[in-house]
Amino acid sequence: MSIRHGLLALLERGQMYGYQLRAAFEESTGSTWPLNIGQVYTTLARLERDGLVRPLPENESGQRPYEITDAGRADLALWFATPISRADRPRDELSIKLALALTTPGVDVRTVVQTQRSATMRALQEFTRLKYTSDKPEDLPWRLVLDAMIFQAEAEVRWLDHCETSLVRHRPTAGRPVAHPEAVDRAGDEARR
Amino acid sequence: MSGVLELRDVHRTHGAGEAAVHALRGVSLTVAAGELVAVMGPSGSGKSTLLALAGGLDRPTGGEVLVEGEALGGLPARELARLRRRRIGYVFQDLNLLGSLTAVENVALPLELDGTGVRAARRLALAALREVDVAGQADRFPDQMSGGQQQRVAIARALVGERRLVLADEPTGALDSQAGEAVLHLLRRRVDDGAAGVLVTHEARHAGWADRVVFLRDGVLVDSTAPLVGIEHLLSGSER
Repeated sequence: MSIRHGLLALLERGQMYGYQLRAAFEESTGSTWPLNIGQVYTTLARLERDGLVRPLPENESGQRPYEITDAGRADLALWFATPISRADRPRDELSIKLALALTTPGVDVRTVVQTQRSATMRALQEFTRLKYTSDKPEDLPWRLVLDAMIFQAEAEVRWLDHCETSLVRHRPTAGRPVAHPEAVDRAGDEARR
Repeated sequence: MSGVLELRDVHRTHGAGEAAVHALRGVSLTVAAGELVAVMGPSGSGKSTLLALAGGLDRPTGGEVLVEGEALGGLPARELARLRRRRIGYVFQDLNLLGSLTAVENVALPLELDGTGVRAARRLALAALREVDVAGQADRFPDQMSGGQQQRVAIARALVGERRLVLADEPTGALDSQAGEAVLHLLRRRVDDGAAGVLVTHEARHAGWADRVVFLRDGVLVDSTAPLVGIEHLLSGSER
């Protein structure tokens, strides 16, 4: 997600200046996504450049509120209407790490799996604790953010369990160079002998 | 630190000689009052064996199981049965409610078996049903209730009276995710009120409710996690 659309969504509620936007952003994500004020101003400057927000005159305290433009509203509506593509998400470092661990000599894949599972499990416990203690009706947006993190962590633990089960059945080939077609043929010949 | 439940180097072997199956191989675990411990592991890793031993439903072939400091191995069968009824609550995946008894009768049954008078048992059973928000179903039979309500009754039965140790084996069974969560919420609340709890589950999301998660693999405890305080470190990568 972009901070850009987050700020547009907040401005759709009404005009706000930088510090208000930062506070509202953190509140609506349960402080899971801390923003620094510099990011807010940089983003506002880009939104203004693209005609999606408009600065208003400074108030008596010297704060400059911004309001969303019609183009900004259209952009926001499009964002809400468009599913997030999996390809837009960052590459999954964990799966790449495990794939490499399998083929790197001297790396105990099971330990890598176990270490990750412990860490993810800890996170899951912490998310659940936070959810358990946020049971007021007005906490719903925050609880849904937590649920998302809970389901993601759960999926990761399940996938790690799956990896572990697969490893039990796996005959190690770690350290062998990537098979060349001829090498495969030779190995096949040897196996047949 | 002594716990409500203590497993000391517990072994459980089924059969003998070459056919022997080692379900548990030297498991030590302490569960304190106010603590919920989740036990995870693949099928056949020994999870249910551990729970059966903790509840005195099975006896170890080696090591000791203690409940509130009392070694179960040294108890005669009658005493063991009594301790099971008085101090240990069980919640299983299949609810084991008796179909010919109403909700309140199901909950009162263990108390009556233990010598509590019928009226007192009913009063305690109603209190337990209230605690899990199904007092309105007290006089209904299991087949007149939804799955979620039945599971709440089963939990009330596990919690009724002065049980200090609650053992749960996949207690959310086939419930939908909201009803399942409500069950875990109840378990958590009871533990927060001072009971010790053990939750056997293969679902990480359910284990997330525990204070500590232990992993069993081939009858051995391979890992144990407690949550870290503060989640900031988990979220540092999310600023993109």
